[in-house]
Amino acid sequence: MIRVVLPAHLRNLARISGEVSLDVTGTVTQRRVLDAVEERYPMLQGTMRDRRTGQRRAYVRFFACEEDLSNEPPDTPLPDRVTTGEEPFLVIGAMAGG
Amino acid sequence: MSRVRLLVGTRKGAFTLTADGTRRDWQVSGPHFGGWEIYHINGSPADPDRLYASQSSSWFGQIIQRSDDGGQSWQPVGNDFAYEGEVGEHLWYDGTPRPWEFKRIWHLEPSRTDPDTVYAGAEDAALYRSTDGGQKWQELTALRTHKSGPQWQPGAGGMCLHTIILDPVDPNRIFVAISAAGAFRTDDGGASWLPINRGLRSGQIPDEDAEVGHCVHRLAMHPSRPEVLYMQKHWDVMRSDDAGGSWHEISGDLPTDFGFPIAVHAHEPETVYVVPITSDSEHYVPDGKLRVYRSRSAGDEWQPLTTGLPQADCYVNVLRDAMAVDTLDDCGVYFGTTGGQVYGSPDGGDTWAPIVRDLPAVLSVEAQVLP
Repeated sequence: MIRVVLPAHLRNLARISGEVSLDVTGTVTQRRVLDAVEERYPMLQGTMRDRRTGQRRAYVRFFACEEDLSNEPPDTPLPDRVTTGEEPFLVIGAMAGG
Repeated sequence: MSRVRLLVGTRKGAFTLTADGTRRDWQVSGPHFGGWEIYHINGSPADPDRLYASQSSSWFGQIIQRSDDGGQSWQPVGNDFAYEGEVGEHLWYDGTPRPWEFKRIWHLEPSRTDPDTVYAGAEDAALYRSTDGGQKWQELTALRTHKSGPQWQPGAGGMCLHTIILDPVDPNRIFVAISAAGAFRTDDGGASWLPINRGLRSGQIPDEDAEVGHCVHRLAMHPSRPEVLYMQKHWDVMRSDDAGGSWHEISGDLPTDFGFPIAVHAHEPETVYVVPITSDSEHYVPDGKLRVYRSRSAGDEWQPLTTGLPQADCYVNVLRDAMAVDTLDDCGVYFGTTGGQVYGSPDGGDTWAPIVRDLPAVLSVEAQVLP
């Protein structure tokens, strides 16, 4: 079971609280985790990744196991501790003022 | 007694303000979608409880929300705004070509007759239509692909399609305005578009009376005279008496003719409202005085409306979509400021009072009359 933590605005949009738990088949990658999140919560399509290109939105970051994975290729396997559910995959809104 | 509902979009959420027909005591509901920019909320003329809201943020992009119960509950609907076909290029600030890139929806304009049909104006400039209540959006591509498109440039606020007026008589006629391309009209339901900028003169562009390139801030129309259009341009208040075929200046005795919104009285087609702003480099009202100016003669002669508005130490702006009128008798006039105040006048502008004082910066105001 993969654990995903979404930022508050996206939890509100999807009307969820707490973490999201997902089953991901095959190699667990950023792309597959986000695909699974969007499949369960279609209103999140386009909020983390560009709909056309699939690229991460500029002010969205992906962290796990105290590492910034934002710029990792989306098909790179995520750390084992994310795969086993020991650590969550974090979707973060970048720090900014205003 | 009829009720009035104001739909207010702000930098940090949406609010609805409601009152009975006296328009003296208001209830404030919100923030809805707290923390998100709400560029616009608008209601269907055919079903006032059908609302559409443009919710966006730099972090998470564009969301469209729909309410079927007057804003008590909302559902996210479609947010897939694709540029159809070849994306093409426009001019960037430095004069180099740049591909169209979707940023956000500035304005939502529901059909006058069908609650499920709604138009959306985008940055970078494009016009979209949904006929299924906002679930799916189809671009009306002939506007973006107009032969002048490669010459369009963004204004400082972005290359936004911010004004959509659906002709009340001819269902195939639509007016739009784009900063800083200008105004356009279609007479065939969007299959082709005509730049309607003849008579505009803009000192900020090399060719002052070019076909396109004018920073039109807002258009307004009275439904009983759809051939008459009013325009607040970057500088200059303008009028067209031939559906945009030509324009002439009506700034007359305004203290400054820079501004953003323009609105027409609900029952008097020649009564027009603007909010003059100091200049293009000082986006606040002149002399610390918040004054709405009203013309009862379709322009040229303007009267300051000040009763109930701050007349000292006020330095707010009123943005292009942040003024609206209701259709009660007397006509109510409303506007929101960048300082977070929403003011209302229940008597056509003669007297004003704050409805709410401390909202986030107001981006848009729409008025609905409810049974």
